[in-house]
Amino acid sequence: MEKAKKISVEQCCVYYSIETSFVQQLDERGLIKLNRIGKKTFIAYEQLGDLEKYIRLHYDLEINMAGLETIRHLLHRVQLLQDEVRRLQTS
Amino acid sequence: MEYIDYYKILGVSKDASADEIKKAYRKLARQHHPDLNPNDKEADKRFQQINEANEVLSDPETRKKYDQYGKDWKHAEQFEQAHQQRQSAGNNPFGSGENPFGGGGYYSSSDDSGDYSDFFASMFGSRGGSRQTKFKGQDTRASLQLNLSQTYTTHKQTFTVNGKNIRITVPAGVENGQEIKLAGFGLPGVNGGPNGDLYITFEIINDTSFTRKGNDLYKTLPLNLYKAIMGGEETIDTLNGKVKLKIAPETQSGTKVRLKGKGIPVYKKEGEFGDLYITWEVQIPTNLTAKEKELFEELSKQR
Repeated sequence: MEKAKKISVEQCCVYYSIETSFVQQLDERGLIKLNRIGKKTFIAYEQLGDLEKYIRLHYDLEINMAGLETIRHLLHRVQLLQDEVRRLQTS
Repeated sequence: MEYIDYYKILGVSKDASADEIKKAYRKLARQHHPDLNPNDKEADKRFQQINEANEVLSDPETRKKYDQYGKDWKHAEQFEQAHQQRQSAGNNPFGSGENPFGGGGYYSSSDDSGDYSDFFASMFGSRGGSRQTKFKGQDTRASLQLNLSQTYTTHKQTFTVNGKNIRITVPAGVENGQEIKLAGFGLPGVNGGPNGDLYITFEIINDTSFTRKGNDLYKTLPLNLYKAIMGGEETIDTLNGKVKLKIAPETQSGTKVRLKGKGIPVYKKEGEFGDLYITWEVQIPTNLTAKEKELFEELSKQR
């Protein structure tokens, strides 16, 4: 199986100029998933899109963690409804 | 190119304080942010306007210039040149694309002013703001319609998304609603960040007489009464040609037979197929002749 590409959380935080505690909190609340290998924590490349979204919402719009959780839930529902509309429009 | 009233966009008065501008921006940005309005082009456009208005009004320097030259923006360069001649020093803040106000924002791009209005670019150069973080471009979603019969074989499909022609291999056995990701085929990244991804959802249209459940296919077929009683053979259509099927004597209506491996190919598992289930529906003859009735009468007496 192909090894998932990943970046360490420290490197990632330097790149985006954010605190590691922010990324850890996202992980604790299940908004992103971090992988621990030994003492180091990594984030998979495929999670970066979600991380960037939460960075924008938190730092640009000042939405707190509880707000991010709520938004994730509602966006998931929007996605399901949009899929349903598309399915109904084509059936 | 029209004059843009940034105060009107943010819904604040011309003498609004920096704090009022910040609050108005946050409130509108939370409503129209693209992350909160997936697949909504109107919200995207509105957010760009709000962002641009905030970039100009949140910086005291740019706000001062906007207030000073705003409505006369077409003459701003001339005013500045005249001003410089008097001063005999300094750079032209409305010069040839050199940005006097620094930084880039969420929508600023590394190449040029593509996400700003012409008005903004003309007055302030191509970029503004303070964030220089590289961001991945937005993901794009598209749907691709396929006929059920097309899912029987792995084949190529060409389509256009975001003005780009994309050719993909559609593996046999793809299901309705299944999504595949094409990394890097989404919208361009911001500030040199990587491109977003393209998600394609397959919509399978059933152009066959079969019903699909997973990889299995189902069909109900009529069966002649005499063949059902005496047994025989029936030729039936499958997705890959005709098949001769033996009918056992005394086959009951509703009998289900399984044709192993005659269903849909299993997704990405070469050589594996689902099954085809045929349900026989025995047809009772109608409009019987007197002779037939007599014979049936005789048969019934045998029981």
